[in-house]
Amino acid sequence: MVTTPVTRIDTLLVANRGEIASRVIRTARAAGIRTVAVYADPDRRSPHVTEADRAVPLGGTTAAESYLDGAKILDAARRSGADALHPGYGFLAENAGFAEACAAAGVLFVGPSPGSIREMGLKDRAKEIARKAGVPVLPDARVSGDDPSRWAAEARAVGYPLLVKPTAGGGGKGMRLVAGEDGLADALAGARREAAGAFGHDGLLLERYLAAARHVEIQVFGDAHGGAVHLGERECSVQRRHQKVLEEAPSTAVCEELRRRMGETAVSLVRELGYRGAGTVEYLLDEETGEFFFLEMNTRLQVEHPVTEEVTGLDLVALQLRVARGEPLGLDQADVVHRGHAIEVRLYAEDPARDFLPTPGVLHHYSHPERPGLRFEDGVRAPGEVPPFYDPMLAKIVAHAGTRAEAAAALAGALGETRVHGTVTNRDFLVALLRDPDLLAGRTRTDFLERHPDLLDPAPATPRIVHLAAAVAVSVARRRAADRVTGHAPPGFRPLAAPLLTAAGWERVGGGPVGLGYRLTAPAGDAGLVLEADGERHELALLDLGADGVRVRHGGVEHPCAVAVHADGSVWVNDGRDQSGWLPRPRLPEPGALAAAAGPVSELPGTVTEVLVEPGQRVAAGQRMVLLEAMKMEHPAVAGADGVVEEVRVEVGQYVAAHTVLVTLTELGPERDGEAG
Amino acid sequence: MHAVAVLTTALDTASEQYSRDRAAMLDALRGLEALAEQVLAAGGEKSVRRHRSRGRLLARERVDLLLDEDAPLLELSCYAGAHEPDGQPGGRLITGIGPVSGVECMVIANQPTVKGGSLNPAAVAKQLRALDIAERNRLPVITLVESGGADLPRQADIFVPGGRTFRELTRLSAAGIPTISLVFGSCTAGGAYLPGMSEYTVLVAEAATVYLGGPPLVKMAINEDVDDETLGGAEMHARVSGLADHLAADERDALRIGRQIVADLDWRKAGPGPSMPSEPPVHDPEELLGCAAADAKRSVEVREILARVLDGSRFSEFKPLYGTQLVTGWGSIGGFPVGVLANNGILFSEESNKGAHFIQLANARDIPLVFVQNITGFMVGSAAERGGIIKDGAKMINAVSNSAVPHLTLMVGASYGAGNYGMSGRAYDPRFVFTWPNHRIAVMGGSQLAGVMSMVQRRVARRAGRDYDEDTDARVRAETEEMIESQSGAVYATGRLWDDGVIDPRDTRAVLGLALSAAHSAPVAGARRFAPFRM
Repeated sequence: MVTTPVTRIDTLLVANRGEIASRVIRTARAAGIRTVAVYADPDRRSPHVTEADRAVPLGGTTAAESYLDGAKILDAARRSGADALHPGYGFLAENAGFAEACAAAGVLFVGPSPGSIREMGLKDRAKEIARKAGVPVLPDARVSGDDPSRWAAEARAVGYPLLVKPTAGGGGKGMRLVAGEDGLADALAGARREAAGAFGHDGLLLERYLAAARHVEIQVFGDAHGGAVHLGERECSVQRRHQKVLEEAPSTAVCEELRRRMGETAVSLVRELGYRGAGTVEYLLDEETGEFFFLEMNTRLQVEHPVTEEVTGLDLVALQLRVARGEPLGLDQADVVHRGHAIEVRLYAEDPARDFLPTPGVLHHYSHPERPGLRFEDGVRAPGEVPPFYDPMLAKIVAHAGTRAEAAAALAGALGETRVHGTVTNRDFLVALLRDPDLLAGRTRTDFLERHPDLLDPAPATPRIVHLAAAVAVSVARRRAADRVTGHAPPGFRPLAAPLLTAAGWERVGGGPVGLGYRLTAPAGDAGLVLEADGERHELALLDLGADGVRVRHGGVEHPCAVAVHADGSVWVNDGRDQSGWLPRPRLPEPGALAAAAGPVSELPGTVTEVLVEPGQRVAAGQRMVLLEAMKMEHPAVAGADGVVEEVRVEVGQYVAAHTVLVTLTELGPERDGEAG
Repeated sequence: MHAVAVLTTALDTASEQYSRDRAAMLDALRGLEALAEQVLAAGGEKSVRRHRSRGRLLARERVDLLLDEDAPLLELSCYAGAHEPDGQPGGRLITGIGPVSGVECMVIANQPTVKGGSLNPAAVAKQLRALDIAERNRLPVITLVESGGADLPRQADIFVPGGRTFRELTRLSAAGIPTISLVFGSCTAGGAYLPGMSEYTVLVAEAATVYLGGPPLVKMAINEDVDDETLGGAEMHARVSGLADHLAADERDALRIGRQIVADLDWRKAGPGPSMPSEPPVHDPEELLGCAAADAKRSVEVREILARVLDGSRFSEFKPLYGTQLVTGWGSIGGFPVGVLANNGILFSEESNKGAHFIQLANARDIPLVFVQNITGFMVGSAAERGGIIKDGAKMINAVSNSAVPHLTLMVGASYGAGNYGMSGRAYDPRFVFTWPNHRIAVMGGSQLAGVMSMVQRRVARRAGRDYDEDTDARVRAETEEMIESQSGAVYATGRLWDDGVIDPRDTRAVLGLALSAAHSAPVAGARRFAPFRM
């Protein structure tokens, strides 16, 4: 028997941020290990920084200046006396060069060997090894040269639809789906640019795309003693833009026999590689035929690892640390037992109704229920910010229950009670998803969201007018309570013998403006409310109106509404199911504050990657004028109308705040075209 | 009867009497609603549309935006001029007291959509009354100016009294009461002195024009050709003449600047703040609709009204067993302690003595007084005269006249004869007078007055040895009665500004509370000396 020397871990630097950093710190602390956080400037008050025993500022703002800067991180390890480093996921987790640098610096890298990372990191190489290990793979081809006709031939050999993937990287970044030859050239150009930007490597791979498959992945573990097990599958078919939205274990499409086969092939890949640590072998599963194809292997802890932890009762981070220390896994395949069903969703600052546009920004309040069977992996703390520079995930929420239906219902319920005030989130979308009959029936395939577009902008669980009434009434109640001189009089009181309404302008966060007229009979307690919203008249009864909430009776049903008013004047309403945010419009704005900006504006903060127009140039409506990279995605700013470019206000490389005017346009009216004729 | 902390009620809301009184009150309110509709029409659809098309806000919108959000406005003299046959109620102005940046101010806004906001006699009277209230209650004054000036065909009725406006403004200023003028449009000739006499002025760019004589007059007088902007535009006044302290970009900006000016006053009320709990009455104020008599001759139980007006229906009655037709006692409205004198019938000697005593107590304690009038007068007849009713009435009038605490007078039924005086009628300068729509005010009731006149005529005829024409007598009596009745009504009275507003009975607590709060902007101090009381 070969004995590998066992290393001690005294101080663990967590080279990550957000929920995963907190997650690793939690297990490390329980294991008696001192923890070190690192952080970029915008994160200086983020939870992981204060949760760790020590924190080291990296300086810098963007990921490239901080969490992706290996030299800074190793310097932080040296300063803090860290003897080991956990990379989390993303950032440097699958960077073989960094893993090597850690070894060179005498810092134990909690992860597989640089060799394993490198081989699995290059998708074509990974596929080759998989093929060799007897793992089924999809037809593919490498993109070679710059000749579009050659690309087309290669694409034809693979077959449409196909996926363009960077050979480096992961997590769906830079991927493009191509339905036919028409879109090929554009997709390749875009993917190249994104790949080069994100991974410093612009190699691309074409791969057959199974339109209606399921994404099923196997969690594997290997140790330095030849031990290798799989912990069963996770299904992550519900995706948007190739990013996972909902993950669960077990999969409804995997029977015991299939689980065994998928698990065994995955373990054979682990053995082929001599893989050490936690890894995930991703498969596409064709449920019609029961065939499955190797997609890639992720050589890190996955975002969705908690669902596996919930059903197996194992702590995967603890196992990672054990393997990293050189100890045997201490786990045979027979020891792995699955119990119940776990579902995870990712709560994001993004707007599903606007093509999942990231919505970083202020976070006034964040709270959620605590119950057995529920697990919140929080990456944020309120009051705080969701910085625009990194992935805007707020939290992962996991429910574990006896059955899938129970887990889904518990998770939907927990989300309904979760309060996130400040920016738009995908909360309501996730609730709608978890209550969708097709999802509950297990009909989950990778095209699930394309087939259920209505989920992206679900109808509110509580009539909007109820929340609007609560927002308005509590705002009024607070103002009346604060009126030191005439607070005893009814709100907006006039001694004129006429039913006058108070006029006001409001706006729903993530929605449009609402013109209001209202009359409230009392400033607190029980009151009647006449509320005219966009010309429609409602009469509601209010009970127990106060500074923090009110019960709104509408159509004979009472809705208890909790109402919070935050420093920026935004008003957030929660009942047990629904949440909405409202902004009162300024009554007496300073002049110029409302001046309309001409030309396209940046929808979110980002860096200008390309300027496609110049002053004097004629542009057509819809034409791309500036490309922005934000949240690791490319966002085009397009011309809203036909016109002539007046001024380009930004340059490549410039960082712009949200709603910055990028280009000014002189609009070309139709009469201009008429003059020529 | 003994002193009680919380008033109980014996009002039978199922009774026929109650429904009749309630129906009559609702009927009277419908009359007010019709007036209010005219007030809110603000000069009519066409005029409003034209005004808006120039990007301007209505006077009422300006006032609403100037006030703190959701704040009340104690609008005053809402139906001024309603008694005039051609009268558009409201007097082309909005006046009222409301909080601006947390400071209760007197707001006076021209209504440019009503005949160009030009001032008629009702407007002048209303504006002067507002300034009088501001002075007596120490309220900062904000004028929102846009007016065509004097209503020239009525100049004879306004020119002389109207000049007082500017004197009052500067006297307020001299008394340390801030005056602010926001100019939204034209203000010419005398009107120019509104900003001219104000301590702070804001002019809206490209909208406000202020000059003594407009371009036509200038051409006539000195043959100078000049345009509006050059002559008196906001830019000129801000940069050259210095009449404008602030140049506002637009109307909302002017209102914003106006609010900031008030915020920067660091204004403090000189009276004490509310010191009692301010909870709604225990008994439903909705029932006030049936608490007053449809027929002013019938007496009602005034405690039923107090039970629906005072905070928590709390009332500590003073001398409940003596002079029982005048109810006196202590309570609070909007948290402000008040002494209440309320008629429960006519005034006899005992009532008069009790009232005079109570008024002196309120002055000794610096507590404001609320007079609830439902009075047909002092008792007449030989017994009363022999009992010294004149002496005793004189005591009460002495006390009322020399009292220095704020008086609020509420008229809920009859206000006839010297009863009006003893109960702090308009001539006795109460800080505010409010009436219910059923109320009647005159030297006496119409039929009584016609009857008295008929008897006098009959006596004159007899002395002259003439026959008395009974047919003529009947006709004259009917005509007299009709004229008196029409001049005794609440609408006539409010049109003539005999009061500061006729209100919905259900709004009584809110209105009195706001008035009391405004009164506490000035020091609240009772008189320490009265005239000698005739004993």
